[in-house]
Amino acid sequence: MQVLGYRRRDGRVGVRNHVLVLPVSYEVNAIAEHITRAVPEAVTFRNQHGLNQSGADLVQTRRVYEGFATHPNVYAVLLLAWGNEPHDLKGLVEQARRAGKQAELIALETVGGVRGAVREGVRIVRRWTEERAAVERVEVPLSSIILGTECGGSDACSGISGNPALGVVSDLLVEQGGTSILAETTELIGAEHLLADRAATPEVGQRILHIVRRVEENAMKMGVDIRGAQPSPGNMDGGITTIEEKSLGCIYKGGTTPIREVVEYAERPTEKGLVIMDTPGHDIEQITGMVAGGAQIVIFTTGRGTPTGSPIAPCIKVATNSFTFRNMRDNIDFNAGDIIDGEATVEETGRRLFALMLDVLNGKQTKAERLGHREFGIYRVGQSL
Amino acid sequence: MRTGKRWIVQNRLDDVATALVPMPAGEHIVDVDLGVQLRLLQDIPFGHKFSVREIAAGEKVHKYGQVIGRATKPIRAGEHVHVHNLESLRGRGDLQRLADEVREGKA
Repeated sequence: MQVLGYRRRDGRVGVRNHVLVLPVSYEVNAIAEHITRAVPEAVTFRNQHGLNQSGADLVQTRRVYEGFATHPNVYAVLLLAWGNEPHDLKGLVEQARRAGKQAELIALETVGGVRGAVREGVRIVRRWTEERAAVERVEVPLSSIILGTECGGSDACSGISGNPALGVVSDLLVEQGGTSILAETTELIGAEHLLADRAATPEVGQRILHIVRRVEENAMKMGVDIRGAQPSPGNMDGGITTIEEKSLGCIYKGGTTPIREVVEYAERPTEKGLVIMDTPGHDIEQITGMVAGGAQIVIFTTGRGTPTGSPIAPCIKVATNSFTFRNMRDNIDFNAGDIIDGEATVEETGRRLFALMLDVLNGKQTKAERLGHREFGIYRVGQSL
Repeated sequence: MRTGKRWIVQNRLDDVATALVPMPAGEHIVDVDLGVQLRLLQDIPFGHKFSVREIAAGEKVHKYGQVIGRATKPIRAGEHVHVHNLESLRGRGDLQRLADEVREGKA
């Protein structure tokens, strides 16, 4: 099966053609905002990080920057820096160019400060937003698509309607040779034995058990019951009582195929098929990790109606019940509540969601895109130093 | 699965059912196939669970055919099952800390 996408010089396939202004530390968030206010066709986000990190955090932050700067949904990237960030930024520009992108670096201290950076940034970004029209969509195979699956603001319907329907989409995409990412390690607690049984190799099964044990042990170091954070108050209002119950509903998103690989946060899968990425349940950190890992599209089921999106990947919002679909109609793209209402089967609704995914891959804008939801957050390993 | 129903039991092994509409106390619940026959003892909000059998305190509770936690008090058939009578067995740093304190002679 084919869709219309952008084939990049490195062979990867994009479904959007974004001009991205990437602030590599919090020092330059305001400048990124000034530039995109002047050129609203470009996208950016607020960055909380980029400084005072070391070890695994520094590596992970860098991996996210590389994932965004070389992402196939990005046509051109402007790296904005203060100039003292602990990253090889010229190297990052080179990586983006090798991936076939227009890429430039503006360091604040080399342009006289804020006003110079905005002036220079607007000039570059405006040019790119005009030039990008020359790149046209061409037929690309569905096997080049990586889908990030997510559930946030879950309710008891998530495990009955939204997630099983998304599981149908995962299975259909995998059947076409594509890739689906199941993530949210915290929300695998209590269901990991079922996933380990579906691992393609014993090593993958061991990795699944390992990442779940790791996140559970880390959470337990706080000396509290994780209830309140997992499940959250919204989850509990929606009828979910324990993390085990939440997890058992969550894993439906991945469908029924074998698990081929377990990747670290923001790491690009090397296998096709169903893969697991080790991310927290925190929605924004999870989306950011999956997109940095190469997901060109996200499908996000929600019982409570969370509005979030991504700066560079379309995010399809799926309500798990018809009340939320009606109450959050500005934000929700698709209603899986027809399963709860007895009006459709999981299979029928899943196939309808797959058809919507194809439309969005082909260019149809999601509500999160139209509303400018461009959240960004990097998962932390340790503490800020 | 075309539910068309007011409630659902997701696996034959389950001890609980999920309300697919808000359900009033006193509603009669019958499913011959599952061997369930009871009256709801409380109002059950949309998406919340009720017990389909008697559950003893300390017993494991099943949904999706899997363990979702442990009953903290006896639960009657037809009773609302939620945070007031069901607790998680996982991620319990509070229990871990208590055990550590007992071992170290602090508690």
